[in-house]
Amino acid sequence: MRNLPVLIPILPLASAMLCLALSRINKNLGKYVVIGALTVSFASAIGLFVEVMRTGETIHYYMGGWKPPLGIEFVIDEMNAIILVAIAAVALFVCIYSQPFFSEKTRRLKRQKDNSNYADGTTWLEKGGFYALYALLSAGLLGMTITGDMFNLYVFLEIASISGYGLIALGGDKSVMASFRYLLLGTIAASFYLLAVAYMYSITGTLNMADMAMLLAAHKNSPNVFIAVSMLIIAFGIKMALFPLHGWQPDAYTYAHPAAAPLIAGLMSKAPALAMLRYMFYIIGVDSPYVAKALTVIGFLGACGIILGSVMANAQRDFRRMLAYSSVAQIGYIAVGLSLGNAYGIIAAVFHILIHAFMKSSLFMVIGAVRYRYDEVLISKLGGLNKHMPLTTVTLVIAALSMVGIPPTGGFFSKWYIIMGSLESGHYFYLVVLIVSSLLNAMYFFRVLETVFINKDAELEEVRPKGRFELPLQMLVPIVLFGIVIIAIGVLNAHIVADVLSLGLPEVLAI
Amino acid sequence: MTIISIRPFLAVGVSLLAAFLIMLSGKRPNLRESFTVAASIIKMLIVFSMVPAVLEGSVYEYTLFNITDTVGFTLRTDAVGMLFACVSSFLYIPVGIYAIGYMRGHHEKEQTGFFAAFAVCISAAVGIALAGNLLTFFVFFELLTVATYPLVFHARTEEARFSGRKYLIYTLSTGQLLLAGTGVVYYIAGTLDFKAGGFLTMDMAPVWLLQVLFFLLTVAGAVKAGLMPLHGWLPSAMVAPTPVSALLHAVAVVKAGAFCIIRIIGYVYGPSLLADLGAAQVLAWLAVFTIIVSSLIAMKQDNMKRRLAYSTIGQLSYVVLGASMLSPLGMLGAMYHIVAHAVMKITLFMCAGAVIVTTHKENISEMNGIGRRMPITFGCFTIAALGIAGMPFVVGFISKWDILLGALEIGQPLYLAVLVVSALLGLSYLMPVCYIAFFKKDETGEFAEYGEADKRMLLPICLTAALSLILGIMPNFGVHLYDLAEIAANAVTAGFYESALIVTTSFAGGALL
Repeated sequence: MRNLPVLIPILPLASAMLCLALSRINKNLGKYVVIGALTVSFASAIGLFVEVMRTGETIHYYMGGWKPPLGIEFVIDEMNAIILVAIAAVALFVCIYSQPFFSEKTRRLKRQKDNSNYADGTTWLEKGGFYALYALLSAGLLGMTITGDMFNLYVFLEIASISGYGLIALGGDKSVMASFRYLLLGTIAASFYLLAVAYMYSITGTLNMADMAMLLAAHKNSPNVFIAVSMLIIAFGIKMALFPLHGWQPDAYTYAHPAAAPLIAGLMSKAPALAMLRYMFYIIGVDSPYVAKALTVIGFLGACGIILGSVMANAQRDFRRMLAYSSVAQIGYIAVGLSLGNAYGIIAAVFHILIHAFMKSSLFMVIGAVRYRYDEVLISKLGGLNKHMPLTTVTLVIAALSMVGIPPTGGFFSKWYIIMGSLESGHYFYLVVLIVSSLLNAMYFFRVLETVFINKDAELEEVRPKGRFELPLQMLVPIVLFGIVIIAIGVLNAHIVADVLSLGLPEVLAI
Repeated sequence: MTIISIRPFLAVGVSLLAAFLIMLSGKRPNLRESFTVAASIIKMLIVFSMVPAVLEGSVYEYTLFNITDTVGFTLRTDAVGMLFACVSSFLYIPVGIYAIGYMRGHHEKEQTGFFAAFAVCISAAVGIALAGNLLTFFVFFELLTVATYPLVFHARTEEARFSGRKYLIYTLSTGQLLLAGTGVVYYIAGTLDFKAGGFLTMDMAPVWLLQVLFFLLTVAGAVKAGLMPLHGWLPSAMVAPTPVSALLHAVAVVKAGAFCIIRIIGYVYGPSLLADLGAAQVLAWLAVFTIIVSSLIAMKQDNMKRRLAYSTIGQLSYVVLGASMLSPLGMLGAMYHIVAHAVMKITLFMCAGAVIVTTHKENISEMNGIGRRMPITFGCFTIAALGIAGMPFVVGFISKWDILLGALEIGQPLYLAVLVVSALLGLSYLMPVCYIAFFKKDETGEFAEYGEADKRMLLPICLTAALSLILGIMPNFGVHLYDLAEIAANAVTAGFYESALIVTTSFAGGALL
């Protein structure tokens, strides 16, 4: 029990190292090790969450027994405990979902008909490589969320980014270009982050987050803090695809490997968002004048992103690209929640990180499944999907309603808490933005639903035949499960907010 | 007295469960339809079983879980909620049976989805009726919007697609305004629980904010109730199958809109605050405008369903007008008009649908002499049409009389004039239909081969037509709907019109006798 925290990032990391070697022996062995590792880290995340909720205390874990500020510290409070569970869950179930893309039986069929050339595991290197990268990405995201050390966060950020570049590049078509573009921007982001850490280190001499928070209290007005905060906005802004730093994101999400896209789109922008929240509210703190100004900027950018992302999403014909632009808008929600700087704002931001992870990954799983069966990604070709893939369509409808914000799906409640937060801080402007964006969301998601239900059945050519069910069970179960989770989070939101998130608020804002 | 009981949730849940079962039993139509019928009957029994206690002044209340960190997901059966719940759950039975006859007679496609969405709509309507606070209300309000959408685009033609979009644009955009308004109400008042006579007060917020807020909250209701100039979606939505029109225009959607306005006026703001703000006046004038203009437009429509749609727009404005008069009798009339209009308009739509299925005629000008071939259908049509025009002994008269007295009560003779004129207009757009059907000669002789409509359609039509006569003579027949309306109206206006109350109740009683 005592060592649970370290298992969460270490197991996927270790499995990534083993995966390639084992894949050399047997093509499937590496995959099973990764799934096993992710299962254990999911279980540990749940164990930790239960532990934190039971004791009501923040768990501190010192790596190798070295106490901070010398050693690396893992910190699990209420807020990141629940996000850890979400990340581990998405990573595990998307991993299970990814398997049929690499199966022997369907590959031969694909050869004959399929036009897309994403990696399909012909060689042990391709298959092992995919799962190794996948495990690395999961480890990076989990590590970023759990760590209490600023430099350690940088390491995990880079692990996640580099494995992300690889997974995007495996997608075939134009993915290499998309990946390279992300690589350039991602490297800039990482450098800015490192510089920001250096500026803060130069005045305090510590890298531990809690330590830093304590020591920085004496330097609230230091120019170093000002520079650090501005650099953090750029660094995390790029990583979470905050408008106008989102340029890499639509291509990357669109062309990423279909088996990894749900994880990439669902989580890769969320872990940096949570890190940003940590820096602004827990490490530097809202009482710093620079943070207050930074929040205004973030809020404004978020609002612009909400509107522009939604407008751009309306203009897309490719379902994946539409989802990518919708992510720009959804990240805007998180940014606006953050920028409100009050309890409800932070709750809304974290709640949206949580729900959006499930919504976006389920939508990417749906389109991945359609691509798997019919090699189709255009919205206009989805007519009659409800007859071909009824259960998948149910999840599509639930996730779409959640994105629009129709109760009782989870998406509605992050909107509600943002409304509460913006009223509390007197920002009526965000209320208007929220209304407009809901309507824009409704426009493009109902367009999809309309196509599915009203359009004549598109002439879909089956790339892979129907088995006993509409999809292989490995794909169908995660898709249906996520649909249920979206509603469950909505129904249970009162508990999540009152019993979990509001306990993890920074002390100055506690309600 | 408050009775903690899960019964309100059972009433809402039974048809949601039915929707689920209907989806699963798509391949076996008879089983599927039996779920529709069983759910409607069980639902009605559950709702009716709560009436006696509510009449004695108790309320059933239950909070299933917290919907947000501070607001409960609460259903509460106050008098006006019971009134609307009774109407919608009862009328689900005839419309459900009728829909089975209609959909089969018309060989419609996608019947499974249709009946499932239908069941969800009724659930939402009862949820709206019994919602105990504004946020619960909003949840069901949005559910209704989403569940009605597939019914509107059911035909899956270009026209249906367009109407569906129009419907969504109107309802979703105003729904978001309602959400924003709900947020503001919670922020300034700290509660969202409905309370007879309102829970907002003057000192909670500046006057301008309260005025703006009133429109944020009522605009969603106004759209669903088809208040001009926000009525555009309603005539377009006529592309849907007729049972849907009957459901949309008589029970679920438009009534939910009118009910929303009653809730906001009576249970969020309260008459005395609104009298100080002067905001209800605007609604009243919009309603007056709508009543006159929609009747004029209705006269020019040749398509039967469109004519009925414009008639609905006008009739729903009676409810809005009655409620925004802020007087006890006006309120009473508004509430009872929900019942009256539901029973009458459902009859009219079902007749129109019966004609469509039997003879495939949709235009009034083509219906020469059809009444002699379908005497029962058109007999019922005539009864309901007379009721819409406000003839005594039909249920429409009672509610309209109350609204009329309400206008007198607040000393607004202009409203009185409007009501009289509109009654005449009502006669002039529905009576010609009866005249054409019964007295014009069928020159082509094309109706000779047709007979009466299918029994599954005829039976519900007769039932509701009979009901509109019975309620016209004994407004308290059955589950004491008139008493419910009276209890609710008195609770809302208590303290505001104390002195007027005694005079008017005796007035109304006398009038009724």
